[in-house]
Amino acid sequence: MLKLAVWKFSSCDGCQLSLLDCEDELLLITEKIQIAYFLEASRRKMKGPYDLSLIEGSVTTSEERERALSIRKNSLLVVTIGACATAGGIQALRNFSQVNQYISQVYPRPEFIETLKESLPISHFIPVDYELRGCPISKRQLLQLISSLLVGKRPSFPTESVCAECKRKGNICVMVAHQTPCLGPVTQCGCDALCPTYRRGCYGCFGPKETPNTSSLAQWLNQESHLSPKEISHLFRSYNATSTSFQKESERWNVKPSEIYEKDKKEEDKEGKNKGGQGRPKDLKKGSGKKED
Amino acid sequence: MHTDDGQPSQASPCYTLSFKRLGELFLLLEDDGFQIIGPTLQDRAIRYERLKSPDYLVHGYVDHQKAGCYHLEKQGDLYFGYTVPQDSWRRHLQPPKETLWNVKRSPSGFDFEENSDDLQTKRVFFGVRPCELRAIEIQDQIFLKGNYVDPHYHHRRDGLFLVVVHCIRATSTCFCTSMGVQPFCSNQEDQKSHARPDLALTEIEGQFFLVRPGTHRGAQYLNRLELEEANPEDLEIETRLSQVVQRDLKRNLNLNQDHLKEIMDLQMESPYWNEVAQRCLSCANCTLVCPTCFCSTTEDLVSLDENTTERIRKWDSCFHLSHSYIHGGSVRSSVSARYRQWITHKLVTWKEQFNTEGCVGCGRCITWCPVGIDIRSEANRLRSQWRGES
Repeated sequence: MLKLAVWKFSSCDGCQLSLLDCEDELLLITEKIQIAYFLEASRRKMKGPYDLSLIEGSVTTSEERERALSIRKNSLLVVTIGACATAGGIQALRNFSQVNQYISQVYPRPEFIETLKESLPISHFIPVDYELRGCPISKRQLLQLISSLLVGKRPSFPTESVCAECKRKGNICVMVAHQTPCLGPVTQCGCDALCPTYRRGCYGCFGPKETPNTSSLAQWLNQESHLSPKEISHLFRSYNATSTSFQKESERWNVKPSEIYEKDKKEEDKEGKNKGGQGRPKDLKKGSGKKED
Repeated sequence: MHTDDGQPSQASPCYTLSFKRLGELFLLLEDDGFQIIGPTLQDRAIRYERLKSPDYLVHGYVDHQKAGCYHLEKQGDLYFGYTVPQDSWRRHLQPPKETLWNVKRSPSGFDFEENSDDLQTKRVFFGVRPCELRAIEIQDQIFLKGNYVDPHYHHRRDGLFLVVVHCIRATSTCFCTSMGVQPFCSNQEDQKSHARPDLALTEIEGQFFLVRPGTHRGAQYLNRLELEEANPEDLEIETRLSQVVQRDLKRNLNLNQDHLKEIMDLQMESPYWNEVAQRCLSCANCTLVCPTCFCSTTEDLVSLDENTTERIRKWDSCFHLSHSYIHGGSVRSSVSARYRQWITHKLVTWKEQFNTEGCVGCGRCITWCPVGIDIRSEANRLRSQWRGES
């Protein structure tokens, strides 16, 4: 019997629900697995050590940081489930601003709130054996993980693009045929191309794929699909906003108009000094947040 | 299959097939146990799906294709006014995902069971374009003519009845003539080396079709229909139509194949590859819409009760890191190496490997690239660099 623990950190519970959602397979799972700690399913708590710990949610408080360390000590395998645990989640949007400002606006007594400045993935604090992507995770991948671990086989999670799954499925490309902005070409597969199947662009909830080329896609969306820099920045800022390539891309397009002005002014002053006071007028478009190679 | 100037052969018998008689042809084929697959309208695009009758054919649409953009527009009253859609017939010959076998635990060990679902079906591919016919021929070469025959492909291919429809329009991404394919194919005896369609159709102004048999089987069906022979005026219209499409193809950007091997060989280390890698998303779309690409990978799915395993074969791509994975890592880890592998294989080394062209000039990789990378421009850029160097 494999001793399983499911842990919740800062999250919405959706990924844990995917496990409960395995309705038909759930009985089979419980035959093979001892559910030792899973508060969403049972009040019964069994002490560690555990064979497999599934962690949902990101680390946003110092208490959670300590808990992550103790789970690692008590588990043979640690698998993060979902975008929060794997990449910081939607709550990592606060990493781009001042969290104290939010606290004072949201809570009547902000002095009771103790939180870290950033929302960070579990792997920032402890070594993780496998990561399941997605918001929420794919039930299929979760079952594949469990069945592989049961027979001692390494689970295989392809790191290719959503496009590969989308094309195999036979969907018509929403980007090429409908001009719908889609993150599929830079996002890792695993969701079975859920959104494009329903004629929506991919939101990138599985995070960046292997060797993602976000800048080329963003440039195309800007020039051919006429998305504004702000829209492009928002596109990359969702469930995996702090994944390296998505974060870089969102920052590249997030130059505020005032910043452009400031930047240009600075450059103008500098040039002006160098050239003895003869500054040349600046083309505002130049600094409109486009990638500067 | 085609003449040098792309003119339809006047020598083979040619008949007139009205839309009503086409329905009768469908019935004859279905009575003989054929399932008909042809172009249908789905999601503002064309897809090759099951056709119950000619009434379900896409009527009155033309397509506009350019790099990274596909648009279907309601216009005119042609049944075949559009060109090639996203998917090719490859989906029906080499499915994107198929179970190869299942294995079960048994008291004596393991029981293997080969999957043979859906293999023996007799099918009609209705509306195959000349470039697509050539692509099927190329895949035949790969799956059937080498040392190892793929049994799944073989079964599916065996039951096929091919009905070609000539192209009366070319879109901006078409460049079949660069790759030695003609938009009109006829049934000349001296072109035996190429795959023959059972029937070849030309649509005449949305009114009726001209039809020629390419095989005895095809001729038998036409005999059963007792069609009237085409009159000279209609053949003249057909000639004009073929001239129009030839003219359009000449105006399109073409892919010059001269010295291509030399060019690619000399440019293996060119900085050009890094430049194209800045644009390429390595998303694999070009390879997955290509009618000649054939790469696949396998996956073993273990059941939760640990008693059965299913081996699945699915489409793979040379743009995936795992495609070149060997002990220790991927051989082609950079996107530039993967793009170089793809274009050199498609245009040059394929010929050495299989003794056929690797590309048929259908232009799918151009249209369905999310960032509009055009194989013609890329090959031409390599050429101009080579010119600059030599």
